[in-house]
Order: sequence, then C-alpha cells, then structure tokens
Amino acid sequence: MPRKTMIEAIRDAMGVMMERDDNVVVFGEDVGYFGGVFRASQGLQAKFGKNRCFDTPINELGIVGAAIGMAAYGLRPCVEIQFADYMYPAYDQIVSEAARLRYRSNGQFTCPLVVRMPTGGGIFGGQTHSQSPEALFTHVCGIKTVVPSNPSDAKGLLIAAIEDPDPVIFLEPKRLYNGPFDGHHDRPVTPWSKHELGEVADGHYSVPLGRAAIRRHGSAVTVLAYGTMVHVAEAAATETGVDAEIIDLRTLLPLDLPTIEASVRKTGRCVIVHEATLTSGFGAELAALVQESCFYHLESPIVRVAGWDTPYPHAQEWDYFPGPARVGRALLETLEP
Amino acid sequence: MTEYAPLTLHVPEPAVRPGGTPDFSNVRIPQAGSVIRPDIDADPETIRDLAYSIIRVLNREGEAVGPWAGSMSDAELLEGLRHMMTLRAFDARMQMVQRQGKTSFYMQHMGEEAVSCAFRKALLPGDMNFPTYRQAGLLIAGGYSLVEMACQIYSNEHDPLKGRQLPVFYSSREHGFFSISGNLATQYIQAVGWAMASAIKNDSKIAIAWIGDGATAESDFHAALAFASTYRAPVVLNIVNNQWAISTFQGIARGGSGTFAARGLGFGIPALRVDGNDYLAVHATAKWACERARRNLGPTLIEHVTYRVGAHSTSDDPSGYRPKTESDSWPLGDPVIRLKNHLIVRGVWSDERHKQTEAEILDAVIAAQKEAESYGTLNSGPKPSARDMFEGVFAEMPPHLRRQRQQAGV
Repeated sequence: MPRKTMIEAIRDAMGVMMERDDNVVVFGEDVGYFGGVFRASQGLQAKFGKNRCFDTPINELGIVGAAIGMAAYGLRPCVEIQFADYMYPAYDQIVSEAARLRYRSNGQFTCPLVVRMPTGGGIFGGQTHSQSPEALFTHVCGIKTVVPSNPSDAKGLLIAAIEDPDPVIFLEPKRLYNGPFDGHHDRPVTPWSKHELGEVADGHYSVPLGRAAIRRHGSAVTVLAYGTMVHVAEAAATETGVDAEIIDLRTLLPLDLPTIEASVRKTGRCVIVHEATLTSGFGAELAALVQESCFYHLESPIVRVAGWDTPYPHAQEWDYFPGPARVGRALLETLEP
Repeated sequence: MTEYAPLTLHVPEPAVRPGGTPDFSNVRIPQAGSVIRPDIDADPETIRDLAYSIIRVLNREGEAVGPWAGSMSDAELLEGLRHMMTLRAFDARMQMVQRQGKTSFYMQHMGEEAVSCAFRKALLPGDMNFPTYRQAGLLIAGGYSLVEMACQIYSNEHDPLKGRQLPVFYSSREHGFFSISGNLATQYIQAVGWAMASAIKNDSKIAIAWIGDGATAESDFHAALAFASTYRAPVVLNIVNNQWAISTFQGIARGGSGTFAARGLGFGIPALRVDGNDYLAVHATAKWACERARRNLGPTLIEHVTYRVGAHSTSDDPSGYRPKTESDSWPLGDPVIRLKNHLIVRGVWSDERHKQTEAEILDAVIAAQKEAESYGTLNSGPKPSARDMFEGVFAEMPPHLRRQRQQAGV
C-alpha cells in the first residue's frame, strides 16, 4: 500500500471526493492557484478548474458564510481556514448559522459543510499559529468535530466528513503533517513513509465519524487522547513501561463513549491528554463522562494533562507543550497506591 | 505645550429627539421621474450618481412618470395593492394577538410594505431570498398561506418549524424564503454564497440578500460585498433603510458616508437608491437589478429609503427615542395610500372599492387567524412535543442526544 504524509492523504481525500461528486468545492485563502500554505489543495485547481477550487479574499467570516449559502444550495463545500487561530471571525457563522440551519428550518435547509483547519502547536508558531480550539466546537450543538492522528485516518475521516449531511469541523494537527511527532522536539521525526499508519489506500474509503481506535492495548491505565497527543502518549507509555491502553478518539463529537467505558472499566484508571488549555477543555467533558459512567470501577482519580492556561508562548513552547515527560509522570501518578 | 487643540470625539445625533418638532429637511427628495434609467450593462463608474439620488416613479399627483415607470400592468398593480393591504391587516391582527398573550413577540411592517411586496414580483421560481425579520411581504406576495404564517407565530402544532423559532422567523424553501437567523447580517454573505453556487453549477437562479440600515455596520455586510464583487455573484444586495435600528438613528451606522448605497461604490458594485414607499419604483429597480444578475453582469446594491412607522418590535416604545409624530412628517408618504391614489388616477380603482377590499381582506385574515388558533397558540392548545425538541439537530440523532432524550423522559 502506498505511504503518504498527512498532507498528501488530505489532498487525496479532497481529490477523490471532487472526482466522485461535482458538488464538492474547495476554497480558502491561498488555496487555489498556490494550493494552500501547507499545500493541502496543491494541484486541485489545475485538475478540477477554478469553478471547483479557488482563492478567496482574506475573510474567514466570508469563507464560511459563503460556504453555508453554497451548502444550502446543494453543494458540498470543503473550505480551509489557514490556521485554526484565524477562525474566530467565522465563529458566529459556524455557531449561529451552520450548526443550527437544519434545526431552525425543520430540515428545509441543511448544511453539508466541512471546515478544515490546521490546529495545535509544536512548530514555533507563537500564540496565533498554535491554538487548539476544539472545545469551542464540541460545546456547540449541531456540528461534529474531528481530529485525525495519522494519514490513514485523515483520508478516511475527511471523506466521511465531506459525505456527512451536517457541518463538520476538521482539525488537522499540523505538527503531524510530516510524521508522527511524539513530543521529543530535540529528535528527528520519523517520516510517515516509515510508519504503518502512513499507509493510505488509493481511491475511496471512509472511516466512520464517532468511532475511536485503540492504538495500544494495555491493562494498567486508559489514556484518552487525540491528534498529536496520541503519539506523545505512546512515547510516554513506552518510556515509563506503563501498560497503558491508548484510545485515539478521532471524533470528539459524536464521541465513542462505549469504547472509552469498556477500557476504563477494565483498567480502573484514566489519564486524559490534550494540547489545548486545561480549564473548560474537552478533557473536562471526558472526565465528567468517565466518572458518571465508570465511577465504581475507578481505583484512582482521573488525571488531566493539558496545555497550561496561558496563551501559547513562543520561546517557552516546550515548557508549555504537554510532552512525554509530563504525560509519563501522570501515568505513574495514577498507578500510585 | 502643543500646537494642537485637544481631540474631541464625534458622536452623531439625529436631527430631533422626543419633544422636538420632526424635521426631515436634511432628506433630499428628488422629483419623481428625474433619475435616469441606465442600461443594465452600463459601466458602474458611469452611474455612481445613482447611489446619491432617489429613484421615484409616483409623483404627488399619483401619476407614474419618468424612465422607471411602466414596468407593471393594471392587474399586477391591483394585485400589489392587495398584497400590501393584506400584509398591513395581518400585522395589525398579529400585533393584537401578541398583546392578548397568544404569542411572545411580533414585528410589523407599517410603512415598509412596498419594499418586500414589490420586490417579490421581480423574482422567478427558484430564486432565493435571504430575508431579515421585516420582509414578510415576500411570502404574502409569493402566495404563502396566512394560516401557516400564523401557525409559525403561535408556535403551535401546525407550525412548519415545530416551535423552534421566534415568531416571524419564517422559512419556506418552496417560496424562495431562506430560514431567518435572527443574528443580524449573517445571511448577507450566505446569499452571496448561494448565488456563487448557482454560478458554479451554471444554473440560472439568483439570490436576494436583505439587511437593515443598522446592520450594514456588521462585518458580514462588508464580507458579502467583497465576495460579491470579487466573484461577480448573481445576487441583489438590498439595504432597507427605515431610518431606525431599534432606538439608534441611521447616522450611527452610516457615519460619514453620504448614503448606504454609496457603500457599494468602493467595491465597484452598481448602487441604486430607491423610494421604498413607491411600489412602482421598488419593482422597477428590482427588475433592473435582477436582470443584471440573470445576465451574469454581477451584483447590484439597492438602498430602499423608507421609514419604520411602528416600533421595532412588540418589545420597544419609539416615543422613548423619537418624536411621536415623526412618521407623519416622513416626506415619502405611505406606500399603500400612494399606490391606491395611483390606481384611482389610472381609473381602475376607487375609494369604495378600496374600503370594500379592506373589509374582505380583514375577513380573510381573521379566518386565517381563527384556523391557526384551532391548532393552538403559544400558551394554549396543542403544541410541538418536547420529544420533537431533540429531533433535527443532526440528520441522524447521535447517542448523547438519545441519552438526554431518555433522561428528559419524553
């Protein structure tokens, strides 16, 4: 099977869908002729024409607002916000419009829309190129939120997102574009070409939204993670020798609660890891759900490892980033008698 | 010491406040028939003056004059009068039922009936309006049922929107009426996107965007103009300038710009100002702008100059922010009376027939109200079930909503 980077997998997903469905259109800032600043849409304009893939004014509100109108018309727009940090001008369009159109019109109008955005840090992007705003989306009813952790999933999840009848926020951990970054910033990253999850099947396939994947089986503690933190957690488990079961959530909403419950009931312990800031982060929701449904199976308090509640710093990036050392300490802490 | 005087902040004020004498001397009203009617493919640079004038057809004598006259037949005008009278009667009735506690909220159109009623007649099947809350004339002139409108207002068992929306936030895809958001201006850019989709698919449908004077200050408005301009989207961008945004006069949103229409000029979008209380003028400009869109000539901005005679909604009292008699002084008159007088001048209408029609319309509105009430009102009778509340958030109900519906015990 061919191996691809995550960017190539995402490009492949859009290309496959544009080929299959004339209603799929792709646009955003620098997305058309140039193919996007991360090159996700490279070649799509040349292949499918300017009607299907084009550049937009620098106006995130406009990109998402126009896409909602197109989706209501019957197209399936898959738009790019250049960095998740830039999505705030579009937030009203996402929250008040895309998310509620089906509901408020009683199904007369719907919004099959995908908003892709590179998320997370680890690239020395400072406060405006590093944020992880997933909790701002999972709090909104009427949209789905997806965070892939590898090329194979990224393609299948993006195809599922484009085919979904409702709006989907597709957060791409940009630190994973080229390889499974595990938080060891001082070491070279293994390229996806040397990783089995870099295997991306040709053609059309989808990974259903709402299903988690168990990345590492174990019996001592359950780790709930998504995106970059899946790989950080794997490194932490290996380095501490803790027999951790690592669940890659893949879709935050709808959430695969049965997989989480089964694992926590088995291990009796739970560590939740995300790069986003701690307070009111998605980890809070996960912790609440785990204690609601697994309280009598828990043998130690649920632990959250997250970004500190500060803006994402530049010079102190690796003090901020919840790397394998911090995750490893949390794993050991939950095992303490 | 500095050579500069201290800076001061400019906060615009309306000409008159409560207690003062209404004064619209600052509103320049050109003579009916005096504004040119350019070809639809005129270079926008050559018609910039239209953004600063007012296109008018009906003169003081009730005659239709000038190059924008002649777009409608007697029968069409009689029908238009009936639509405006129906909207006014429906408004009066719904305003009353809100006061009786049968619903929570209402917004009337008094003084602005011509804008949406006349515009609707320039549209073709498949075109889509992205309305605000004061364009119900699009529905009435589009043949939507008064009973369904009333059911929506009552949020009752037959409400087509299952009680999910505030009163008057209608939606009817079939009638070219997009679901109303309630967040101002958000739908302006969506209309542009919808129009772009029609162009992408090489279809022939056009989109019609609607916004009020106050909401033009929102970023969404500027995004819409940028996108419409860049992609030459087949969209008509309407601004209904009814002078008041709740308690805020239009000068706060307009700032130093001469007119709202002039906002289009910097984007290279042809911009017209029209007498919004002149049914014929609204229809003629709508036809012109829609024709431009259909001929792939791109967007047009239209500022409808009108006046909101009533309160913003049932939740405010205009006497707190403007003189009580201000509406009587509005120099563009009443749209219903002006069309009525024109039809009398044309020899196809009379005071008697007008009175008789008013009575017929009132009967029809009351009948629609009664029928809707037989399906329930907000506070009594049948209404959408609590179980319904959980439906339609997504195409397929996800597990967490199923759990919550179970917890709710419905």
